[in-house]
Amino acid sequence: MANPSKTPMSRALQRRENVAGYLFMLPSLIFFLGFVIIPMFICIITSLTETNMTDPGLFGQFIGLRNFSNLFQDEIFLKGLKNTFLIVIVSVPAVCGFSLWVSSAIYKLKGPVLSAFRCIFYLPVVTGSVAVTVVWKWMYDNYTGILNGVLKSTGLVEKGINWLGDPKTAIWCIILILFTTSVGQPIVLYVSALGNVDQTLVEAAQVDGATDLQVFWKIKWAQMMPTTLYILVITTINSFQCFALIQLLTQGGPNHSTDTVMYYIYYTAFKLTEQVGHFGYANAMGVVLAIFIGALSAVQFKLAKEK
Amino acid sequence: MKIENPRSRAYKIISLIILVILAFLFLFPLYWIATGAFKPAADIYAQKPVWWPTEWVSNNFQNLFTKRSAPLYQIGSLEGPTAPAAFRWLINTVFMSVMAMLITCLTAAMAGYALAKKRFVGRGILFSLIVCAMALPKQVILIPLLKEMSALGLYDTLWAVIFPTVGWPFGVFLMKQFSEGIPGEILEATRIDGASELKTFSTVVLPMVKPGIGALAIFTFINSWNDYFMQLVMLPSGNNFTMPLGIASLQAETSIDMGLLMAGAALASVPIIIVFLLFQKYFTQGITMGAVKG
Repeated sequence: MANPSKTPMSRALQRRENVAGYLFMLPSLIFFLGFVIIPMFICIITSLTETNMTDPGLFGQFIGLRNFSNLFQDEIFLKGLKNTFLIVIVSVPAVCGFSLWVSSAIYKLKGPVLSAFRCIFYLPVVTGSVAVTVVWKWMYDNYTGILNGVLKSTGLVEKGINWLGDPKTAIWCIILILFTTSVGQPIVLYVSALGNVDQTLVEAAQVDGATDLQVFWKIKWAQMMPTTLYILVITTINSFQCFALIQLLTQGGPNHSTDTVMYYIYYTAFKLTEQVGHFGYANAMGVVLAIFIGALSAVQFKLAKEK
Repeated sequence: MKIENPRSRAYKIISLIILVILAFLFLFPLYWIATGAFKPAADIYAQKPVWWPTEWVSNNFQNLFTKRSAPLYQIGSLEGPTAPAAFRWLINTVFMSVMAMLITCLTAAMAGYALAKKRFVGRGILFSLIVCAMALPKQVILIPLLKEMSALGLYDTLWAVIFPTVGWPFGVFLMKQFSEGIPGEILEATRIDGASELKTFSTVVLPMVKPGIGALAIFTFINSWNDYFMQLVMLPSGNNFTMPLGIASLQAETSIDMGLLMAGAALASVPIIIVFLLFQKYFTQGITMGAVKG
């Protein structure tokens, strides 16, 4: 930390720091409080009320925890919750493992080759979820899709597979796209973390006769723990919020097999407009989702700290 | 020096081959957009895969530009000439992303500097609040935000997308990390010279955190361009559509004209990919700096 805090400050100086500090913070604070913190409180308060989207006021009638108790009897919500957890449980380890492997394979390559690889794996993120989803929709298409085209021309299948129309395959198709759009950032982070591993420790271990694998797990992995933790948290948050893919590809179908909590929140808020109190109900789901994400992040933090 | 044994050498070669294959697979959707946009209908609807267009045609783009039209811009009651809607979408998206980028960089640079270098009361609490908010699911607050925006009269304007982007605390966090590196002695010296706070900020602090601002700028620009969910919630009417919204609406309307959709996807993604490739050095820096001590 910088030195001013070491010496006790005079009152005038402290006041000057306060005024200057808050003036510099002010523009940012207005946006942060106004468009992040306030909506968070609106979310929590409306979740306890019966409010509709078109109501003139912000909050409707207070109904306690009824939205929440209804939520856990709502079969579509429970199915969405199950699908969301499936997506998180599959994609988070897959993304972390894959990006760790790719990074350890590329981080020692020459500069331009390294940035080329890093770029390629990042491109699906930059391309944007809508463009990516539209092209995947075509690739998955029953009749004109490249996937079925290849499978048919190589004779692996006789008739095209209805990738997105079959409840058994649809969710896996979505997980695959989510995967390709999620590994970019972790790879960038791991490459830089691997480059920052203390080389003297690695060399010392090698002198002592450690194998490459031992060096990797005992030294590099241990030193990259903060990076891994960060990657786990951001990937979990992103997977929990999986929305664009669902809305553009399947709209939760077939037969709710790809419903996620995030999609159901959107659906309840914007499409279920005839259901009384739908806006409060959607926000109750938002609160539940936030609690799950917060709890999971806390668990990941705790596990990483113990290691 | 360690002598490499043949097994680890073989492993390296095999992993490199797998990497190259994976790289091609990751690039394939982009290739498919780029070629699909120029394929004639016969190639698009072919049951057998057509890897390379049999003929390069511009129909798909012509369809995209003639399908819908919109005034080129609207400022108050002032309307621009009627133009293809896709141009309007592009203008909207650029305006939105540039504004979000400029305001974010300015406010975050100021706040980051204050958090790193000013010992004001409540600084610790504010910083923890910012860090905690970063773990919030961003999409969840957008539904209640909609009501707030409509109460403020901003709903269905591009500002409804710009302001929440500016409010997102990642930028402040990133700029705080960069500002930590400013030597306290320099700030002290400028103060003794009698420079005002604002002058210190603009002449000493800003030049020193330039790489951070570059990283934040490119990061905000790309994220704002691609933030489909926020745009979907806040911008219901056609004239305010952004590129992602426009393409999504085309998709909902004609889910079979893949050539048209690929042309739209190309138009939506090519500008942002170019921006990314030009500034990717800063971008990588921003991502990694944001994670350090995260």
